[in-house]
Amino acid sequence: MAYAVGDTVQVRYATPPGHVRTPYYCRGRAGTVERVCGRFHNPEELAYGRTGETLLTLYRVRFRQRDLWPDYSGPETDTVEIELYEHWLEPPR
Amino acid sequence: MSHDHSHPHDHHHDHGHDHPHRHPNQPDLEDLPPTYYQAMADAVAELLIEKNVFSGGELRETIEYMQGRNPDLGAKLTVRAWTDPDFKKRLTTNAKEAAAEIGIDTGPAPLLVMENTPDVHNVIVCTLCSCYPVFLLGKSPDWYKSREYRSRMVREPRAVLAEFGTEIDPSREVRVHDSTADMRYMILPMRPDGTDGMTEEELAALVTRDSLIGVIEVAGPAAG
Repeated sequence: MAYAVGDTVQVRYATPPGHVRTPYYCRGRAGTVERVCGRFHNPEELAYGRTGETLLTLYRVRFRQRDLWPDYSGPETDTVEIELYEHWLEPPR
Repeated sequence: MSHDHSHPHDHHHDHGHDHPHRHPNQPDLEDLPPTYYQAMADAVAELLIEKNVFSGGELRETIEYMQGRNPDLGAKLTVRAWTDPDFKKRLTTNAKEAAAEIGIDTGPAPLLVMENTPDVHNVIVCTLCSCYPVFLLGKSPDWYKSREYRSRMVREPRAVLAEFGTEIDPSREVRVHDSTADMRYMILPMRPDGTDGMTEEELAALVTRDSLIGVIEVAGPAAG
């Protein structure tokens, strides 16, 4: 599924084995698409010597710190931006 | 060591003794058995060379190139952006093309330049490993690769910044960029006050590695 800048997305909550470039701390959390970076080889395939085809769209997603860490002590405007591949994103529930 | 005494012996040994002896070696890395990953890296390098993927000379050349990098190119981009607003716009929207304009090749990975403003302070981390734009900033500092920096910068960035001596006003957003995948990042620091009359060289001297990572702001010229 494709997303546009400004869309709310949720990171899949999943713990697959292997080389995964989705940090645990954002899994299951919702954020906003900050930009669409283009299409890239799948690192989960590249890590095992495969070709990484087909290409995946890479997004940058902006999360409010408060949504990542409910006890975050800084201002509520503070954010983290994370690069996430399309198969880790789903529409918000 | 046993001395080779076949050469013309016209100098004096002032040792009070004449038996062959060796001085203890300086302690060195090689005194310890190689770690698992050192052995692995050596084995992989030997195999790649043996299979003609690259030569030993090319490996050495690449290491020399990587270790020879420093933050000069990052500083050059920063100063150009400070002194040319149109360039700044291009740098923050298409960094690769903007850098190429002044002869800087940003390498194979896409580069994103994040601009600090009175409203937002940006900082880079790679929580999963240690992604870092070596070609622009030089070799990354050890703390950047430490588990502590990588875990705390996304969890309590203001506390970590304060440990670097950087207090960000609560009215400014702290925006942390986790370099998890294919993008590489450079922070474009704010130009400090009191630098209006400075030359590009003087400005470049103010821009340091840590300000391009975003853990500090660029300090103005020292007062007095």
